Amino acid sequence: MNTIDTCHEQVISLEHVGFGYEGQQVFQDVNFTVYERDFVGVIGTNGAGKTTLLRLLVGLLRPSSGEVKLFGTPIQRFKEWERIGYVPQKNSFNPLFPATVMEVVQSGMYNRSRLFRRLTKEDINQSKDALRAMRIEDLAHKRIGQLSGGQQQRVFLARAMVNKPELLILDEPTVGIDAQTQKEFFNLLQHLHEHHHMTFIMVSHDLDLVNSWLGSDPKGTCGKLNFYVKHSHNVECVEPDLTHGVLS
Amino acid sequence: MLDIISSEFFQRALIGGLLIGVTGPLMGMFLVLRRLSMIGDTLAHVTIAGVALGFLLGVYPLAMGIVFALLGAVAIEKLRKAYKTYAELSIAVIMSGGVALASLFFTLGMSFNANVTNYLFGSIYTLNSTDLTVVGVVTAIVIIFMLIFFKEMFMLTFDEDAAAVNGLPVRWLNLAVTVLTALVISAAIKIVGALLVSALLTIPVATSLLVARGFKQAVITSVLVAEFAVVAGLLTAGIWNLAPGATIVLLLIAVLILTLVIRRGVKV
Repeated sequence: MNTIDTCHEQVISLEHVGFGYEGQQVFQDVNFTVYERDFVGVIGTNGAGKTTLLRLLVGLLRPSSGEVKLFGTPIQRFKEWERIGYVPQKNSFNPLFPATVMEVVQSGMYNRSRLFRRLTKEDINQSKDALRAMRIEDLAHKRIGQLSGGQQQRVFLARAMVNKPELLILDEPTVGIDAQTQKEFFNLLQHLHEHHHMTFIMVSHDLDLVNSWLGSDPKGTCGKLNFYVKHSHNVECVEPDLTHGVLS
Repeated sequence: MLDIISSEFFQRALIGGLLIGVTGPLMGMFLVLRRLSMIGDTLAHVTIAGVALGFLLGVYPLAMGIVFALLGAVAIEKLRKAYKTYAELSIAVIMSGGVALASLFFTLGMSFNANVTNYLFGSIYTLNSTDLTVVGVVTAIVIIFMLIFFKEMFMLTFDEDAAAVNGLPVRWLNLAVTVLTALVISAAIKIVGALLVSALLTIPVATSLLVARGFKQAVITSVLVAEFAVVAGLLTAGIWNLAPGATIVLLLIAVLILTLVIRRGVKV
């Protein structure tokens, strides 16, 4: 990661990270740093450990050696989870689950700091802003399972964006989505990357897609995974909210 | 008919039934949506083993049942961790363990078989005030918990990984669900019977999943369905002298079938 100047703070750092499942080593001595306003694409075939890496990054798994830091804090002591937005694989939820789009988007706010607290009026307005920004406000009261794949993807993105996170983590966001919708989704991510104070890490198996956008020269490796990085220095949008139309 | 309704045993039955009609589907919603429907049945069988031991030792059977249900719940959690990808395996092991223990205790204390039947098939008319207090306390605990943690429980059920990434105490909440389920099951078995108790947790939820769009709506619908079946079932059973637990469960199934038919009728 020496190619990028270090004018920005470290968002994620992996220091000598090793991990294995029941004696089988998945990663060994991984060193990688993600800086503010990087867009990192993590590419690997099935079984290369993409999901394992993401789970290590968000603390769902503990490394067997080394250290993971988020925003400079060792992950065991990291508490500011509202700085991180998480977009899961589209097919990771039960399509018959009785939840409206609004309920799902608001759940992005259900974090540690809101335990024992009801959502305020401001919170609810913020979730409506996220719906508007993703252009799904008309779907607010629809059941999530009735939506198309592209719409569901926007719901999960809205859920992740509702806290205005500084780091967005995406797990295979394009699985099961048609090409046109994929393209729209990436335009949206691209805008967010170029014009907002956000850092991205996206796991994907789609090498072509990532190469066409982040270049074909990996900046780092982690076992069988390759990291492709693009940094943004563009001026950030001044509006603090998302409603200035990220889709335009 | 009025005689029955105004009688004390019927009123106690009604109160007990109405309380369980709230807590059953409330816990059931979280179990069904996480594909853990069979936990209710499993814990019910373990509870019966506890009840049988209670009779054998001469202590309040339901208290022993609760202790067993809690131990069973913890054992299920432990086994689920050991066999991550075979969650249902832990259920099969604990369920057969419960039945085996129960039949062992039965044969050790031949004389109390008639009493144990009350717990197997339910005996809502023999609820005494201690039983009713237990049901009341359990209901209060479940409702208070849900009022405080409803939104976190939604998050946990919908997307456990995202809940963890949001910094929610996922392990603690999972444990709470298991413990509360154990409490509800053991409190409910004298009302509908161990063999039928999981019906009260799952069938109202199954019905609500057909009609509700959102989560809150689904929870409210399932409780309303259960309460309807409890009231209508107790009245029907009282008038025609039927088994109340069985009547309630059959009514629940009837409502489910009716909902399925109406939905199909509307759709096609």
